[in-house]
Amino acid sequence: MKTDDLIRAIAQDATPPGLRPEVKLSLALAGGIIAAAVLFMLLLGPRGNALASLDELRFLLKFVVTLVLAVGATGLVLRLIRPGATLGAWRRALLLAPGLLLIGIASELIALPGSGWLTALVGSNARNCLTYIPLMGLAPLALILLALRSGAPSRPALAGAVAGLIAGGISAALYAAHCPDDSPLFVATWYTLAIALLAGLGALIGRRLLRW
Amino acid sequence: MSDRNLAHAQGEQETRWSSLMRAGLGGDRAAYQALLVELAPVLRVAARRGCQKFGLMPADAEDVVQETLLAIHLKRQTWQQDVPIGPWIRAIARNKLVDALRRRGRRGREIDIDDLSDVLAAPAEEDRSVVGDVVRHLHSLAPGQRNVVQAVAVDGVSIRDTAQRLMMTEGAVRVALHRGLAALAQRLREHGT
Repeated sequence: MKTDDLIRAIAQDATPPGLRPEVKLSLALAGGIIAAAVLFMLLLGPRGNALASLDELRFLLKFVVTLVLAVGATGLVLRLIRPGATLGAWRRALLLAPGLLLIGIASELIALPGSGWLTALVGSNARNCLTYIPLMGLAPLALILLALRSGAPSRPALAGAVAGLIAGGISAALYAAHCPDDSPLFVATWYTLAIALLAGLGALIGRRLLRW
Repeated sequence: MSDRNLAHAQGEQETRWSSLMRAGLGGDRAAYQALLVELAPVLRVAARRGCQKFGLMPADAEDVVQETLLAIHLKRQTWQQDVPIGPWIRAIARNKLVDALRRRGRRGREIDIDDLSDVLAAPAEEDRSVVGDVVRHLHSLAPGQRNVVQAVAVDGVSIRDTAQRLMMTEGAVRVALHRGLAALAQRLREHGT
């Protein structure tokens, strides 16, 4: 086919395009959050003293860090799927969550005697954390990746990994309401590992699914 | 032409591309076709330079052009109407060149993308004799899609006449055309040429 022929065919297909990527992603996020929340209430539910713990900084930090991660990853992925878009400040937005966590760790290390560090890090619930965060993140990850198919990332695996960070942030924020371990040392170890699993899965799937 | 004049001319060109694209996104086929016709020679120059630079045959360049045009079309929703269209087009063209190089066994990752940043600044070059390899993939489409793409693209028949000729509704022709173009892009991506 000559290029002119191809152009003629493309021009005949000039219908207004479907929903914009950011709209699709918003819908996917809404659906993913609902799905993960339903799963959370069915499988785990918030811990008994969740409301009473709301004045504890360490408890609150878990939500702040995970939600900041989800928001930063969302902003970044919307740039990654647009050809030629500059990443701008969003590149650094992903550093915000680890930065907050580091502050939490520092204050924990100051507050706790050295003998308590390992206990706090190991916690009482690591296996649940590594099971439920990835599990509850699967539905958001799937919906986000499907929504991103209308995008055009130069690096599909990277976009998929960042999609995994969004799903992991959502899922970990929910799980945080159940998890009895509030130490930033625990969060930095096990939440990070659980979210990294989702990011890795996102990269694997995105590598194929988000090619264009 | 001085650099400033060249930059000015490019700015005007991109402004025109933007408004044609906006019209095209609103369903204006004539404006959309005008945009693609104007882009093709510019993309061709860029693709040839890229192919020459990285050791591909000149014939490969036309495949890159066709893939780029298809990608611009199928990903047009990723252009934000309030940002300049030039960087968006250049990024898609680069991606498609890198894809072609990877298929040819070059390690696309090692290509410095900045090397390609100036390629769209060159004057246009005409060549309509080159036949891209999309035609080979046309035959592998589902019959319904193939007939519609063949009629609209190669025979130049309108949507309405294609519908009459193939005894389909116009809506069905549109759907088949869109799916056919998407399938062509996918085959080019997966199998190369």
